Amino acid sequence: MILDFSSQLDYVWALLPEVILAITGLVVLTGDVFARGSSEVQSGRWVPALAIAGLVAAGAAAVFLAAVEGPGRMSMVAVDGMRVALTLVIVGATIVALLFSLEELERRGLAVGEFYFLVLMATVGMTLLTAARDLILVFVAIELMSISVYVLTGFDRRSRRSAEAGLKYFLVGAFASGFLLYGIALVFGAVGGTNLGLVDSAVAAGAADGSLLLQAGIALLLIGLGFKVSAVPFHMWTPDAYEGAPTPVTAFMAAGVKAAGFAAGLRVVAIGLAPAAVMWHDIVWWLALLTMIVPNLIALQEEDVKRMLAYSSIAHAGYLLVGLVAGGALGISATIFYLGVYALMTVGSFAVVAVVAGGSEDAALGKFRGLGWSRPLLSLLMVVCLLSLAGFPPTGGFVGKLYLLQAAMSAGEVALAVVLVLTSVLSYYYYLRVIWKMYFDEAPEGEAPAVPSRAFQFAGGVAVLGLLASGLFPGPAVDVTEAAGLEAAAVVDADPGTPPEAPTRAAPAAPIPAAE
Amino acid sequence: MVGDGFFASHWLLALLLAAPLLGALACFAAPEERAKHVALVASVAVFGLSLPLFWTFEQGTPALQNYVSIPWIEAWGIGYTVGIDGISLLMVMLTTFILPLAVLGSFNYVKQRQRAFYAMLLVLETAMLGVFVALDLFLFFLFWEIMLVPMYFLIGIWGGTRRVYAAIKFFLFTAVGSLLMLAAIVALVYLYYRQFGVLTFAYNDLVQLPIGRQIQIPLFAAFALAFAIKVPMFPLHTWLPDAHVEAPTAGSVILAGVMLKMGTYGFLRFAMPMFANAATSPTVVTTVMVLSLVGILYGAWVAAVQPDVKKLVAYTSIAHLGFVMMGLFALTQQSVEGAILQMVNHGISTGALFLLIGMLYERRHTRMIADFGGIARTMPLFAVAFVVVALSSIGLPGTNGFVGEFLILLGTFRTQPLFAVLAASGVIFAAAYMLPMLQRVFYGPVTRAENESLRDLCPRERTIMAPLLAMILLIGVYPAPFLARTSASVEALISQIDERAGRAPLTMSPDVRPYDRLPILGVDEQPGGEP
Repeated sequence: MILDFSSQLDYVWALLPEVILAITGLVVLTGDVFARGSSEVQSGRWVPALAIAGLVAAGAAAVFLAAVEGPGRMSMVAVDGMRVALTLVIVGATIVALLFSLEELERRGLAVGEFYFLVLMATVGMTLLTAARDLILVFVAIELMSISVYVLTGFDRRSRRSAEAGLKYFLVGAFASGFLLYGIALVFGAVGGTNLGLVDSAVAAGAADGSLLLQAGIALLLIGLGFKVSAVPFHMWTPDAYEGAPTPVTAFMAAGVKAAGFAAGLRVVAIGLAPAAVMWHDIVWWLALLTMIVPNLIALQEEDVKRMLAYSSIAHAGYLLVGLVAGGALGISATIFYLGVYALMTVGSFAVVAVVAGGSEDAALGKFRGLGWSRPLLSLLMVVCLLSLAGFPPTGGFVGKLYLLQAAMSAGEVALAVVLVLTSVLSYYYYLRVIWKMYFDEAPEGEAPAVPSRAFQFAGGVAVLGLLASGLFPGPAVDVTEAAGLEAAAVVDADPGTPPEAPTRAAPAAPIPAAE
Repeated sequence: MVGDGFFASHWLLALLLAAPLLGALACFAAPEERAKHVALVASVAVFGLSLPLFWTFEQGTPALQNYVSIPWIEAWGIGYTVGIDGISLLMVMLTTFILPLAVLGSFNYVKQRQRAFYAMLLVLETAMLGVFVALDLFLFFLFWEIMLVPMYFLIGIWGGTRRVYAAIKFFLFTAVGSLLMLAAIVALVYLYYRQFGVLTFAYNDLVQLPIGRQIQIPLFAAFALAFAIKVPMFPLHTWLPDAHVEAPTAGSVILAGVMLKMGTYGFLRFAMPMFANAATSPTVVTTVMVLSLVGILYGAWVAAVQPDVKKLVAYTSIAHLGFVMMGLFALTQQSVEGAILQMVNHGISTGALFLLIGMLYERRHTRMIADFGGIARTMPLFAVAFVVVALSSIGLPGTNGFVGEFLILLGTFRTQPLFAVLAASGVIFAAAYMLPMLQRVFYGPVTRAENESLRDLCPRERTIMAPLLAMILLIGVYPAPFLARTSASVEALISQIDERAGRAPLTMSPDVRPYDRLPILGVDEQPGGEP
């Protein structure tokens, strides 16, 4: 099947995952209103089931798009491997996050149709971001995602912290959107278009050589995107928003918003503005450096596991920025792979935090004492997620870091690679501290967190197996992401830094003739 | 083509790697009080499996044996590549030999959470064996890092009072080095890719890469840091006394017996041949010699004043490993062979010492020298075993320690006479810390009433000590079977390093010829012949 937009229906096909998600969202919202009536406080189990079914269908649609020959590089919507891979990451993370949080939401009285509607709408924005190849579409998608997530952050109306977090996130986020929009305007002024293919060609052709307008536009774009992916120094909102939001929302936004934000970063910066690399390379380089160092230092003394994980998620943005700086096919594919692994491990760890915190947002380190002996399987999930976050073999986190290191090394970013490994060592301390509380300390008498539901156990199994499988047998995922990276990078016409061919496989060890 | 059949095939190595893991699973499945028996059976079975490796080993050839390379992550040229040569053979044997004794030594020591404890020991065994047989840098690093996790749990859960501090310190120290090594590995892979256009993590490929002299220094430094922390070399040793003292007996035995050897093995297998130019440069060699010498003397002096027997033995490890490092970097046939033998010796002797200290601790719940005195009267068998092991640790002729240290000093004297002479004084200092301790603990009158009624070794404990004592005396009087298996590998390694150091390119140019690599038995050559 070829999408050339010769018929109107082609737009539907090109946006099939988003269309499915949006329709599911509307059905969930309206259906819930009618089914619930005025007496019941929470909606029935069919609502999340329908939401998950819609997400699964959207994933299937993404797989369908993988087989479709996409439109050219000038189209507004990309249909390529990168979109498919990242859509699967986002949809998959959302499904796992929902499965983890079904019970938690009901316990807190948050399991209402609007919640699932907002999650689905945020997901539409996120998946649209993976496809957006026009700055206007990027902005629209970011706003759709962000506004949904602001509301989700403050969704627990009875909790002051939730409301505070939602407001904070909204104010800072709105500010960031302003930067983003202004940046888009300046870029438009500099090159005469918002289409990223056009921007790419125009910049490559020298239309904006030395243009102050473009430089300022790129800087503003980076500030806006930096806020969204919480890169230092634009990260201040993250710990508060992550801590105050209901934990299921935190998990969802840590995984999904980050993946979508980086998708936009890749499309706009690493691909669309690749010919203008001189104008952004140093900025992103410093962002990456700071984003790796600062949160890792702060997290060392964080006594609350939820806040610690929030800082850890900022640190992971730093690692991901290394992939963005490295750029090229390898940088893009490494970022995609890492986002996939990151989504799984971060959702898993926040899910455990939700259980341990037991319906509150208070996840002090002390609550994990002796968990390893009172809830062995729950702790196993936490250990695997933490080891993966730390980048320890044989988990996906290790392979992801190796992938990023390869990208950095092949792009000659040795300093970033070294900082990446050294800050990883720092992070070992605070991840290990949780493991130490869980296993080296005795549990306080009597109280142990509730045994999670079946859905939680299933999602936990998926997370553990997924992290181990991506750590031990990453071959298929590496192949997929590598192809996606090559395809995405090939859009860039005049990027001398990316050789078009993939690194070839090792030849079978042939005996080398000995020296004479 | 020799040695057909199962025992010469890579399946034996695969089985060695898999069996402990299966044992660990069985431990979890077993009832709490049966876990130790399951672990014992599993570890003895692994030892039994490893014996044919020793017998069928083809002597007199440096070729890699039991070799296999199966693609794993093809896109990056990563494979499941394993094989052994004479050097890794001895390390594998040491690991499988120590493990059952460590398990047996924990029977009374560990009373809580036994299933998890024994499972951790067995997982650790797989990781350690993996480090010694891996010939792919990804696989090697995987095992190298995985190893930390069970050890972290062993120290942290079953350790002494300051266990958490010791566990985290151990973990972080080791991790700093290994992660820098990971960065260096990736850099190496990309240097290779630029030169030859293929991505590969295989040891045999990467070792062929001619690396410019300027680039060798930082890469060597990253590898050396990882290994030097593990050894541990002098200024990086501070994690070791803490980890040893806080770890449960089995943890100390494995830590001292096997894990420290990974550092020296890493130097020999990776850091020295790959970055021959850096490793043989006078600056590096002199630095290593000085640090080793400081380690030997400092370890001995600090050991001499320790009131805690276990801490004393922990410090002696620093001294012994100083000898090994000196032997490796002296880079003569005798010194390197001696260093490898000394790695085995240290594993046996120090492992035995920690086991004996564990037995004493189980009886008295103290390890302070001052709490004992004259216990040779109440525990004659124990005293005999302890004295023999302690003497072998000092390096008394007739015991294994003598052979190793003598070879090291002999070989080192040929290239670094000054350091050899100074290091020889370390043998005297060894006597100076060990003999007074023996005297204060075992001889003289029994000063404390609690020591009157100490039980002597029970049959289980005798079973632990018998093979250790046998090995101490066997290697002491007849080291030939062990030396014979390493000599060809050592010879090949030294000539490899010498040749590479002699013709390292100044720059990376496309026409630089690759070095040769270790041949593979059954693929490249007939045993005994040159490739």
